[in-house]
Amino acid sequence: MKLTLVTGLTGLLLLGTIVELLRRRQLREKYGMLWLAVLIIVIPLSLFPRLLDNVAELLGVASGVSLVLFLGIVFLLLVCVHLSWEVSALEEETRTLAEDFALLRAQIDADRAARDELVSTDG
Amino acid sequence: MVNGKRTLIIIPALNESGSIADVVGEVRGELPGVDVLVVDDGSTDRTAAVAAAAGAKVAKLPYNLGVGGAMRLGYRYARDHDYDVAIQIDADGQHDPRYVPKLVDLLDDNDLVIGARFAGEGDYNVRGPRRWAMVMLSAVLSRVAHTKLTDTTSGFRAANRRVIEMFAGWYPAEYLGDTVETLVHTARRGYRIRQVPVAMRKRMAGTPSHSPAKAMVYLGRAFAVLTLALIRR
Ligand SMILES: Nc1nc2c(ncn2[C@@H]2O[C@H](COP(=O)(O)OP(=O)(O)OP(=O)(O)O)[C@@H](O)[C@H]2O)c(=O)[nH]1
Ligand SMILES: [Mg+2]
Repeated sequence: MKLTLVTGLTGLLLLGTIVELLRRRQLREKYGMLWLAVLIIVIPLSLFPRLLDNVAELLGVASGVSLVLFLGIVFLLLVCVHLSWEVSALEEETRTLAEDFALLRAQIDADRAARDELVSTDG
Repeated sequence: MVNGKRTLIIIPALNESGSIADVVGEVRGELPGVDVLVVDDGSTDRTAAVAAAAGAKVAKLPYNLGVGGAMRLGYRYARDHDYDVAIQIDADGQHDPRYVPKLVDLLDDNDLVIGARFAGEGDYNVRGPRRWAMVMLSAVLSRVAHTKLTDTTSGFRAANRRVIEMFAGWYPAEYLGDTVETLVHTARRGYRIRQVPVAMRKRMAGTPSHSPAKAMVYLGRAFAVLTLALIRR
């Protein structure tokens, strides 16, 4: 009973945190939705850990609890992979931005040099 | 100038080289004295060059930011260059620029005016989950905005100075955020929103960004975005 209280409260606390972060626009929709979906699955499980016992038996896993642990680790791995993918995309984008910036600066410098040239030959 | 107001037409475009020249040409023909800004959102075709040749100002983004990202750039441009009115028009030729003066007229008493299909003029049909999504969005957003809104995802809208100022600082880039969330945000801050019936035409070239298979996903995302917009402040 005590354990259920601890796990259930943790779940609710996480839920509250994510909703609040979303409300303050600190989390983009796509990430927020992901975490909300996770919690909607996790909270019932934290209150009733035996919920998955049947499924576990079907898969040959000793108990529902270890099945949840296994699935949890797989999920976290997937999230890590996803984040690495996002970071790679971001790196590619900053690289493009830096190039654009350098090209613009080169263009501006060339324009300025051409103008100075004009002024000095005029004067 | 439209009705004595300095007007900027903002056209977000992604790979629309087939239609953008005609759209820019038609806008400039119908509305002499307006400026046209095409925001090329990382197109892989010649959209930017074609648009510039047709007489538009072109802002070329280095990579794709989505319609919302392109539109915030447009509103920033409008703010920095001191326009009275900014009007968003699709690059596929579906919006008829002859409605623009009507939209601008209504800006006298409103802050944001939306050109809406399904509101009586023209024929434009949608069925299945996409239609359910639209019905849900219309019902909820009409309540939030205290005015009848039938086409909440319309990309044909006119904003006055106050709204330009707000959108220049805040405009979501998320999917559907550029339409649904901006409406909730605008209405919540006390700006007046109105819709005007417009006839919608067939796109001139290229492919639409939605396929029927995505309709169900669309419904789900519409629901998620709407819920989020309503709980956000
Ligand atoms: N900036 C930008 N514009 C886009 C992007 N995707 C689409 N657009 C533009 O947004 C406008 C609307 O796109 P459409 O594909 O016609 O979408 P729609 O009008 O809602 O859908 P249809 O009714 O099927 O035509 C067009 O001007 C497109 O060029 C994007 O990723 N970035
Ligand atoms: Mg279209």
